[in-house]
Amino acid sequence: MATIAQAIRMALHYGEKNLGLKEVFGEDVGPPLGGVFTATQGVECSWNSPLDERGIIGAAMGLAFAGRRCVAEIQFCDYIYNTIDLLKLAGNQSWSTNGDWNMPMTVMTPVGSGIRGSIYHSHSFDATMTHIAGWKIVMPSNALDAYGLMIACLKDPNPTMYLKPKALLRVKGHEAIPGEPELTPEGEKELRRRIDAPLGDRSKWKPEWPENLTDYTVEIGKGKVVHEGGHVTVVSYGRTLPICVQAANELESQGVSVEVIDLRSLWPYDWALISESIRKTRRVVFVNEDTEVTNFGEHLIRRTVEEHFYHLEARPKLVAGAFVPGVGLADALEMASVPQLDSIRQAILDVANESA
Amino acid sequence: MTKKNEASITQNGRGKLDKKTLIRIHDLMIKSRVMEERLINMYKQSQGYFWLGGPGEEAFNVPIGMMIKKGQGPQFDYCHFHYRSGAQMLALGMDPMDSMRQMQNTATDPFSGGRNFAAHYSKREWNVVPITSTIETQYLTAVGTAIAQKREGGTGITIVNGGDAGTAEGDFASSLVWATRPKMELPILMIVTNNGWGISTDGSTQHGEKNIADRGKAFGMKTSTINGLDVQESWDALSEAFAYVRENRKPYLLEAKVTRLYGHSSATGANLIAGEVDPIPLFEAQLEEAKVLTRDQMKKIREDYVAQMLEMSKRVRDEPMPDSSTIYDHTYLGQKGRYW
Repeated sequence: MATIAQAIRMALHYGEKNLGLKEVFGEDVGPPLGGVFTATQGVECSWNSPLDERGIIGAAMGLAFAGRRCVAEIQFCDYIYNTIDLLKLAGNQSWSTNGDWNMPMTVMTPVGSGIRGSIYHSHSFDATMTHIAGWKIVMPSNALDAYGLMIACLKDPNPTMYLKPKALLRVKGHEAIPGEPELTPEGEKELRRRIDAPLGDRSKWKPEWPENLTDYTVEIGKGKVVHEGGHVTVVSYGRTLPICVQAANELESQGVSVEVIDLRSLWPYDWALISESIRKTRRVVFVNEDTEVTNFGEHLIRRTVEEHFYHLEARPKLVAGAFVPGVGLADALEMASVPQLDSIRQAILDVANESA
Repeated sequence: MTKKNEASITQNGRGKLDKKTLIRIHDLMIKSRVMEERLINMYKQSQGYFWLGGPGEEAFNVPIGMMIKKGQGPQFDYCHFHYRSGAQMLALGMDPMDSMRQMQNTATDPFSGGRNFAAHYSKREWNVVPITSTIETQYLTAVGTAIAQKREGGTGITIVNGGDAGTAEGDFASSLVWATRPKMELPILMIVTNNGWGISTDGSTQHGEKNIADRGKAFGMKTSTINGLDVQESWDALSEAFAYVRENRKPYLLEAKVTRLYGHSSATGANLIAGEVDPIPLFEAQLEEAKVLTRDQMKKIREDYVAQMLEMSKRVRDEPMPDSSTIYDHTYLGQKGRYW
C-alpha cells in the first residue's frame, strides 16, 4: 500500500540502479529533506540545487545534451512559470535540429489544490504545459501508475513532464507495485520502516529498498478505463480522477452508469480510448482542475465535436477550475475555485439527463 | 556608432605565433568574413529572410574554434555558442555551403532542415548544442553539460559564448552561482564577446560595471578582459583560459572587446558601420610587416574565397526546399508525420 510519494521514490531507486538514472536534483531534493513531499528521500543520486528554477531546468537540459539521464524537480508548479522559455526550448530541440538532438530528461513538479496551499501552492500546470509541443506529459492518480509512469519517463528519449497531484501524494494505493511488501497494514508499516526517513537526525539513515522492484511500466499515451459504464463517459486525471470515480459509484444507485477514463498521459493522449467510449455512451464530461479558459479539456471537447458531432446525444461538458487569478486560501474560496464532488456529480447527471 | 574599442588595440606579442598557425588563422578569418558577406548578399538578394553573424569578432573567434577538442560526448568539449559564431564553426571544419543552406532554409540545411534562422548552428557529432534565439539561456544549459563532464572525468570542458548585452539577463548571474558551487566548481570557459551594443542600445548607458568579467571575481573565479581584435592577445588569453579550465576543472570568465562591423543583424540593415574597427586589416598589417604573407598573397586568398562562395550560393539556390508535409516530423525523436 505504497503512497504515490513512496511509489515515485521506489521508481527513482529502480531507475538509478537499473535504467541509468544519474542525477535527481532540485530545491531540497537531496538529503536531509528528500523533497518537500518526500518523493526523493533515500535516492542515492539526489542532491540539492541552488534556489533557481531557471538554473534547474537549464542544468537538466545540459545534462540531457550530454546524455546523462536526470530527473529535475520544481518544488511547486506555481514556480515553474519563469522557466517557460526553457521548457519551450527543451521541447523543440529535436524538432528545430531536424532530429539531430534529443532531450532525455524528466521534470517533475507537484500540481493542483487540496492542501490549502493558497495562491502560490495550489495552481495547476496542465493547461499551460499542454501548449508546449515536444514534451510527453503524464499525471498519475494512484501509486501503481505513479511507479509505472515514472519508469516510462526514465526510458523515454524525449523530455517528459511528470505532474504530481499533490493532494494525492500521501494517498495509499489499492493495487500492488510489483516488489513492494504485501498490501496489508503490516506490509504498509514495513514499507514505511524501510523507506521513510526518520524524524530528527537523518545523517546515518539509509533506506532498505524492497529487493524485488521491477521494470513495471505504464506506457506513455495509454489511458485506462477505471470504472465501466454505458450512459456517460467521464475523462479525467490527477486529483479529480478519484472524485469522478466516487461520483460514478454514487450515481450507480440512481441508475446512471458512468464510464470513467483515467487519461494518465496528456501528451500524447489516448484519443482512441476516449473516442471508443464516446461512440458507446454518446455523452461525455471532461474534468480537471486547471482554470477553465484555454483548458486542455477544451481541446478535447473541440476534438469531440469535430469527430463525434453526429454521435453525440448531449452537449459535451467541461468541469474545471474557475478562471480566477489564484486559488484563495479560505476553505470556502478553495472549494469554490476547483471542482469538488458535488459539482462533478451534478455535471455528470446533467449530461446523462439531457434530452437527445 | 563610434570607435569604442580602438584605443585598446595593441601590437603586443606580435610574432610569437609560428608562421603556419598565423597563416591558418588568417585563412580562417578571411574565410569567415567572406562567408558572412556572402550571407548578407544572399539576404539582400532575397535568397534568405534574415541575417546575423559575427563580422568583427574573427580575431577572437577563430582561435576559439582552433582550440576546441572536437568530438561527441562528455570526453570532448561542449560548445554553447550564440549567433555570432560562424568563425568558430569554420575553424571546427564546417562547410560554408551548409551555412548558406541554412540562410536559404533549404531542406538540405544540416542544422535545422530549413526551420531556423541563419547562424543557428547545431551539430551533435561535434558537441555543438543548438544555438538559440533566446538570449543567455545557453549559460544555463552549459551548466548541465559541465556537470556531466565534472562527474565523468576526462579533459572535456564546456565552452559558452554570449554577448555583452545579454549579461543583464538573470541567466548570466545564475550561471556564475552554478559554476562555483563549493566542491562542485564546473569546467566551464565562460566567454563574453563585448561589442558594446545591444541592438541599438549603447551598453555604456545600461551597464555601470567597469568590466563584465569582474562579476566573476565575487565568485572567486579566474577572470580577464582582453582586446579581442588582436590575434596574438586573443590567442594567448584563450590558451591560458582553455588550459586553466581543462586542467583545474574550474570555471574561467573571459571577456573580449570586439566590434560589430555590420550592425546587429539584417534588422538594422546589415550595412558596414563606419568607424567600427576591423580586426582583419590590423592582422594583415602585422602579417605583412612580419613577412608571413605578402599583400598579393592575402589579396589572392580573399579573391579565391569570394569566387568559391559565390559559386556555392548559386548551387544552393537549386537545392530543394522543405516539403510542407514534414512540419510534424521530429517533434519527438524519430517521429514522422502527425502524431495526434
